[in-house]
Amino acid sequence: MASIGFNELFFLLQGLKWTVALTIIGFIGGGIFGLLVALARTAESKLLQKVTTGYIAIFQGTPLLMQLFVVYYGVALIGLNVDAWIAVAIAFTLHASAYLGEIWRGGIQAVPKGQTEAAKALGLHYTSRVKDVILPQALKISLPATIGFLVQLIKGTSLAAIVGFVELSRAGQIVSNQTFRPLTVFAIIGLIYFLICWPLSLWGARTERRLQTATR
Amino acid sequence: MSYSLDFSAVIERLPELLLACLATIGLALAGMTLATVIGVLGVIARRSRFAWLRALTIGFVEVIRNTPFLVQIFFIFFALPQLGVRLNPTVTAIIALALNGGAYAIEIIRGGVDAIPKGQVEAGLALGLHKAQIFRFIVLKPALRAVYPSLTSQFIMLTLTTSVCTSIAAYELTSVAQKIEADTFRSFEVYFSITILYLIISSLMMGVFALISRISFSYPVK
Repeated sequence: MASIGFNELFFLLQGLKWTVALTIIGFIGGGIFGLLVALARTAESKLLQKVTTGYIAIFQGTPLLMQLFVVYYGVALIGLNVDAWIAVAIAFTLHASAYLGEIWRGGIQAVPKGQTEAAKALGLHYTSRVKDVILPQALKISLPATIGFLVQLIKGTSLAAIVGFVELSRAGQIVSNQTFRPLTVFAIIGLIYFLICWPLSLWGARTERRLQTATR
Repeated sequence: MSYSLDFSAVIERLPELLLACLATIGLALAGMTLATVIGVLGVIARRSRFAWLRALTIGFVEVIRNTPFLVQIFFIFFALPQLGVRLNPTVTAIIALALNGGAYAIEIIRGGVDAIPKGQVEAGLALGLHKAQIFRFIVLKPALRAVYPSLTSQFIMLTLTTSVCTSIAAYELTSVAQKIEADTFRSFEVYFSITILYLIISSLMMGVFALISRISFSYPVK
């Protein structure tokens, strides 16, 4: 049995770097597209509503792992010769855009209709109505669910391991195979995820409580 | 060079895939049932008068909800044998799904139980019901009805999560797909097709959940 030394820990941290990178890329990319999805989903056009409803239903009705596989092999299929991490990042971006789109749709629809009507009466055009009136309120309402999804996304990046991408979980699997110490290695891996996700979960729960007291 | 899509490999082995769909549904149903049991027991444990039991339940929920399912299933499958517990892939998958789903179920059901007005419990006491009767009829039943939508959407997530069980080679849809991919090298076609199968499975389940809700919760509330 080999021991777990500095080299092994360094290898795990290299994996952690990718876990963090994938999460950030997925969250930012998913945030940008998710906002478009949420706006299209709440737009007046029936067609836009239908298309985005379908988009969200597909991503929420299939496993994240399948989304990774399909995008991973799909980008190669359409002739794009990209690095594995770019393919995986695209998959997480699409996944996150559907979930965040649905969360923010809920937030937008929770803003009282009178707000839109008042903004229209004041003569504000669409951009200003959305940017200055609706979104600030909608995002505040959606904050707890958004944080909840961020935690889900961090955990979801572990599935990139099954596609063969070396992030934290895959790094742990490799170290476990080399050292024959699965108990210690997976305990460390679990602890690292926990230390990242738990504070976020606590923050999410706190914002939710604050929101409840504010709206009571 | 252009790649031409060829679904013949998938069509040829469709019977295998459909059988694997049943395995996936089986895993999901086993996971959901056990998760509901864990959920109810966990809520009782969280309201226990023993502080250590309450702390243990909270700890369990937080640890499960803040670590990836993949790490949990790896832990059970690869790490527990080091402690002398060796389980086969299917049993491991069911246990992992039950524990994971159970932790979420505890949180969801607890939310429903906490929302039951105190007067309702007091009314039960005034009617001379036992503690167990009060919990079952006055607290748990309305609470489960109230949280049914969140609980079932969590169960849909659990169904989708069964795909991760391929990582320990448990018999289910994704692992069968990976075998077919290895035999035929038709990666995109295989994964695209089973993505549709998953979409059908999750839609069917949503339909069944809606039906159950309409049948069993059709009594008047107020």
